[in-house]
Amino acid sequence: MGAKEYRTLRNASGGLVTVEDAPNIAFGDRVLIKDQAGTTRNGQVIRSSAHEVLIQVFEGTENLDIEHTWVRFLDEPVEIALSPEILGRVFNGLGRPRDYRPPIVSSLHRGINAPPLNPAARTYPREFIQTGISTIDGLNSLVRGQKLPIFSASGLPHNRLAAQIVRQAKLPDEEGHFAIVFAAMGVSYADARFFKEEFASSGVLSNVVMFINRADDPPVERLTLPRMALTAAEYLAYELDHHVLVVMTDMTHYAEALREVATAKGDVPARKGYPGYLYSDLAEIYERSGRIKDRHGSITLVPVLSMPSDDITHPIPDLTGYITEGQIVLSRELHNQGIYPPVHISPSLSRLMKDGIGKDFTREDHPHLANQLYALYARALETRNLASIIGADELSSRDQRYLEFADAFEARFVQQAENEERSILETLNLAWDLLSMFPQSSLTRVTETEMAKYHRQGS
Amino acid sequence: MNNPNQPGVVLQINGPIVTLRLPGVRNGEQVRIGHLGLYGEIIALQGDEALAQIYESTEMIRPGEPVAGLGRPLSVELGPGLMGGIFDGVQRPLEKMFLEAGDQIPRGLSPEPLDRERLWNFQPSDLLEPNMPIIGGAKLGSVQETQSLLHLILVPPNIQGELIEIAPEGQYSLNETIARVRLANGHVEKLKLYHHWPVRRPRPYQGRDHGVEPLITGQRILDTFFPLLKGGKCAVPGPFGAGKTVVQHQVARWANADIVIYVGCGERGNELVDVLDSFPQLKDPYSGRPLMERTLLIANTSNMPVVAREASIYVGITIAEYYRDQGYDVVMLADSTSRWAEALREVSGRLGQMPVEEGYPAYLASRLAAFYERAGRVDTMDCGKGSVSLIGAVSPPGGDFSEPVTSHTKEIIETFWALSKELADARHYPAIDWVDSFSADVSTAAKWWHEAVNRNWERRRGEALAILARDSELSRIVNLVGPEALSSAQRWVLEGASLIKEAVLQQSALDPVDTFSSPQKQFLLLDLVLTIYDLGSELIELGVPVQELAGQTVMARLRRCKELYDSSQTEQLLAFQQEAIDSFKVIRAEYAQRLEAS
Ligand SMILES: Nc1ncnc2c1ncn2[C@@H]1O[C@H](COP(=O)(O)OP(=O)(O)OP(=O)(O)O)[C@@H](O)[C@H]1O
Ligand SMILES: [Mg+2]
Repeated sequence: MGAKEYRTLRNASGGLVTVEDAPNIAFGDRVLIKDQAGTTRNGQVIRSSAHEVLIQVFEGTENLDIEHTWVRFLDEPVEIALSPEILGRVFNGLGRPRDYRPPIVSSLHRGINAPPLNPAARTYPREFIQTGISTIDGLNSLVRGQKLPIFSASGLPHNRLAAQIVRQAKLPDEEGHFAIVFAAMGVSYADARFFKEEFASSGVLSNVVMFINRADDPPVERLTLPRMALTAAEYLAYELDHHVLVVMTDMTHYAEALREVATAKGDVPARKGYPGYLYSDLAEIYERSGRIKDRHGSITLVPVLSMPSDDITHPIPDLTGYITEGQIVLSRELHNQGIYPPVHISPSLSRLMKDGIGKDFTREDHPHLANQLYALYARALETRNLASIIGADELSSRDQRYLEFADAFEARFVQQAENEERSILETLNLAWDLLSMFPQSSLTRVTETEMAKYHRQGS
Repeated sequence: MNNPNQPGVVLQINGPIVTLRLPGVRNGEQVRIGHLGLYGEIIALQGDEALAQIYESTEMIRPGEPVAGLGRPLSVELGPGLMGGIFDGVQRPLEKMFLEAGDQIPRGLSPEPLDRERLWNFQPSDLLEPNMPIIGGAKLGSVQETQSLLHLILVPPNIQGELIEIAPEGQYSLNETIARVRLANGHVEKLKLYHHWPVRRPRPYQGRDHGVEPLITGQRILDTFFPLLKGGKCAVPGPFGAGKTVVQHQVARWANADIVIYVGCGERGNELVDVLDSFPQLKDPYSGRPLMERTLLIANTSNMPVVAREASIYVGITIAEYYRDQGYDVVMLADSTSRWAEALREVSGRLGQMPVEEGYPAYLASRLAAFYERAGRVDTMDCGKGSVSLIGAVSPPGGDFSEPVTSHTKEIIETFWALSKELADARHYPAIDWVDSFSADVSTAAKWWHEAVNRNWERRRGEALAILARDSELSRIVNLVGPEALSSAQRWVLEGASLIKEAVLQQSALDPVDTFSSPQKQFLLLDLVLTIYDLGSELIELGVPVQELAGQTVMARLRRCKELYDSSQTEQLLAFQQEAIDSFKVIRAEYAQRLEAS
C-alpha cells in the first residue's frame, strides 16, 4: 500500500500523539514523525480506528509543534537484511551498520518479530557443551539449544565470564566452533570495547555478528536490538546450518527501556513500575532459542543481566528465571574473596542438564556426583553459618570437615583462571578429589559402584 | 445469533482487544477477524458495537477489515482422537499445523481439531432401542480410542428426545451420523461421534459426590504426607526452579488416573517437547500401555499470544469434564495458573477496568474459584461416577506467597504442595515444604490406606511429622547456641529427622527406581525409618552415644533403600528391616555387657 503522510495531528503529550482522519492505518505500523525543526522521530501505532490513530513516539513528544509536524506511516514491519556477509559485521539496534562499512545488500529481508515457534516443531536439546568452566560443566551443564542466563550485579565479572564461555565453548568430540551473535544493550563504551577486543584477540571476529547499543544511544533501539540479533541468529542457524551462541548483555537495560516506553503509554504497572507484560515480552525473546526438527543448526542463548541491588527477587531476574532453563548466579561474596569465576552454585541451576549428561554424553557418574557435591556444599554452608555464630572451635570434628570442604571446594573447584580450560573429565576428577575428603559412609548420593571406581580411598 | 450475510467490520484495534460492529452478534460468540481470519471471542457489547479479545497477534490489522461471527461461543470438539494429541490454547492441532505450515505458527489457520477421515469402530450400546426416550449424557455406544481407553459416545448434554435410529456396529468417520433423535420441538437431530461444547460452561452432571480415595502419584511426600483425593483441588506454588513442573510431570507420569490433561499455560516449549518425547516410551504403571495413550497436551507456551492463555485452561478443563462424563478419573494439570491470571490482567488493563491489587482486576478471585469449582467427583448423567482432579501450579513473583494469585488460590483448594527455595537450593527434591503444605483430606485418605496398605498409616505419618516439627525447633536452638547444648535424646531427634528427609521425603524424579514408589513401598520405607528411630531412642536412653548409632553402616544403607529396591521388592525391604533391627540388637547386647563388666 506504500507510505502515507498526514498533517492532521491533534494532540501530543506524554510520548503520545493522535492523528485524525487517517483511516485504514494498520495496528503496530511504524511511523516517522518529522517535527517543525525537520528532525525525525520514530513511532509506532498502538491503537488504530478510522477517525483516530494513537502513536507512541519513541523519542518523546517534547517540543513537538503539532501545527508544523507531519507523520508518515511506513506500512511495513521492522526488518533486517540478511546474507552470509553479516558475519564479522557490527550493527546498531535498528540493523544499520556501525562499523563504517556499507549496509548489507540482499534481497532477503526478514521481519524481526517472528511468529511464535510451534512447540511441535521443537526437538529436545541434549548435546552437552563443554565450556571448560567447572562450576558450569560439572554442576550446571549447558546444552546446545538451551537458554541459560548469567545473573550478575554491578561490579561483578560477568563480562569476563561471558567472554570466557564464548572463547571456550565447544562440543567435546566435535570440531568447529560456534558462530557468535553478540547483542549489547545500553553497555558502556568500555564494555563494548572489551568484547570487540576479546573477539579480535581470540581470532573469532570473522565468526561474530555484533549488535551494539551503547549507554548513550537511544534507549528505544534497545527494544528492537535483541529481536534483530535473534533474527540474524535464526538465519545463521536454520538457513546456514550454524550452531549459534547468542550472548545478550545487559537484559536489565532492555527491561528498563521497556518500562520507560510502557510508562509513557500509560500501561498499568505490575511490580516496581514494570508493565504486566514484561514476562511475555521477555519470553518472546528467550523462547527463540532451541532446536528444531530437521534443522541442522541450533540457537543457544546466554543472556547476561545485572540484578538491581543484588536482589534476585527483582522483577527482571525473577521473570527471567521463570522463563529460562536455569541460571548461573554470581556472588559478590565470592568475588570479594578474590574467587573467579564467582559462581554461587546453590541458587544456580541448569534444567536441561539431566538429559545432556551421564553415560552417553559425559560420564556415567556425573549426575550423582553433581548431586552429591551440591548436597555437601549446602550442608557446608550451613555449618559455616553456624561457625560464624558459635565459633569454629565449638564444632564437632564431623562439622569441621564440612568447613574444610567448603574452603577447598571454593578454592579448587569454583576458582579457576580466566584462560583455564578444564575438560569435563578433569572437572569430574577434581570433584572426586573433593568428595574423597569424606568417608564413603557419609556419601549417600553417589552409588557404591561409583565410589568403588572413583573414591580415592577405594572401596 | 447474527446473520452470516450481514457483514461485520473492524472499528478499532487496541492490541488484542478489537472493537467491531457485527449486527446481531452475541456476547461470548466466536468471531473471525480481518482478512486473515484471526480467532477471537466477543467479551462485551456496547450499544451496536462489540469488543472482542483476539487469540492471535493483531499486528498490521486495519480498521475496516471484515469480521464474521461463527454463531457459537468458543467451543471445543469432543470425540475420539483427542488422546495423544497436542493442541494450542484454542484447540488447534499443533502437529497438523507443523506438518502443514512449518516451524512457526502462521495466523488465521483453522484446521479441525479432530481428524475427519479416520475411521472408528463404533459399537452401539445394546440397551438402546428405537423410539425410546433419551437424554443428554446417555451412552450411545463406544469406540476403542487407544488400546487402553474405551471412549464412550454420549448423547451431547443439551439434547433430549426420542431415539429414532442408531447405527449398527461398523466403521464410521466423524462426519457420519450414528444416531438420530427427535427433539421435543419435532426437529430431528443427527448425532455423530463428536460434538461441540462451549468451554466456559461447565458440563452438567446429576449430582456431586465427595471424594473417597486418594489419587496415588507414587511420590512419597505427596501420597503419604499431603494426599489429594480423586476429584480434589490442589495448588503447587513455588518460586522459579523450585520444582513445580517436575511435580506436575511426575503426577502426569505416575498417577493412577485414567486420563491426564496437561495444560502448558504460558510456560516453556521444551517442557512440552519433553513430555512428547518421553511419554510414548514410558509405560503406564497400571495398564502397561505407553503413557501417551492416556495423555493430552494443551500448549500455549510463553511466546504464544497472551490472550489465548486465558482460553487454554478452559479448553483443558472442558475436555477433562468430557472424559469424566464417561465415568473416568481424570487429572488436569495447569502449569501455570499465574500466567492465566496475567492474561486476565492484560485484557482488563486494555479495557480500562479498575485494577485492585498488583494490577489484577477485582474479579480475579471469583474467576479462580469458578475455575477450580469445575473439579470434583460426580454422578454422571449416565449413572456412573467420574472425577476431575485439578492441580494448578502457581508462580508467585519473587516467590512471595502473599501475592494475589497464590493467596486467592489458597482459599479455594484442599491440598497445598508448597515448594521452597531453601530446599531446592539444598537440592532436597521434591522441594515440598512439610511445614507450609497441607491436605484437608488426610482422614479420608487414611481410610483407604488402612484398608489397602496398613492400619498404622495415619499413626506413622503423624509420628514422622512430629519428629520433623521437633527437628525445626531444635535446629533453631542449635543455631543460637550450638549443638553442644542438646541432650543425646535431642540429638537423636535431629538424626531421626535427617533420616526421614533423606530416606523418605527426598525422591529423585530422575532415578529410574525411585521415580515411582508404590503405596506399599512408601509405607514400608516410612515404617522402616521409624522402627530404627524408635529402637535408637531406647538405646540412647541406655546411654549409647548418638555418634555410635549414626555411624552404623545400616544407617547409610537405610538412606539408599529407596533407590536399591523397587516397588515390587517388598520382600527385600522387609529383609533389610530385619537386618537393621538385628544390628541394633547387637549394639544393645554389647552395651548391656559393657555395663555389666564395669
Ligand atoms: N523431584 C525431583 N527430582 C530431581 N530433580 C528435581 C526434582 N524436582 C525438581 N528438580 C530439579 O529442579 C529443576 C527445576 O524444576 P522445575 O522446572 O519443575 O521448576 P519450576 O518450579 O517449574 O520452575 P519455573 O517456575 O521456572 O517453571 C529441574 O529441572 C530439576 O533439575
Ligand atoms: Mg515450571
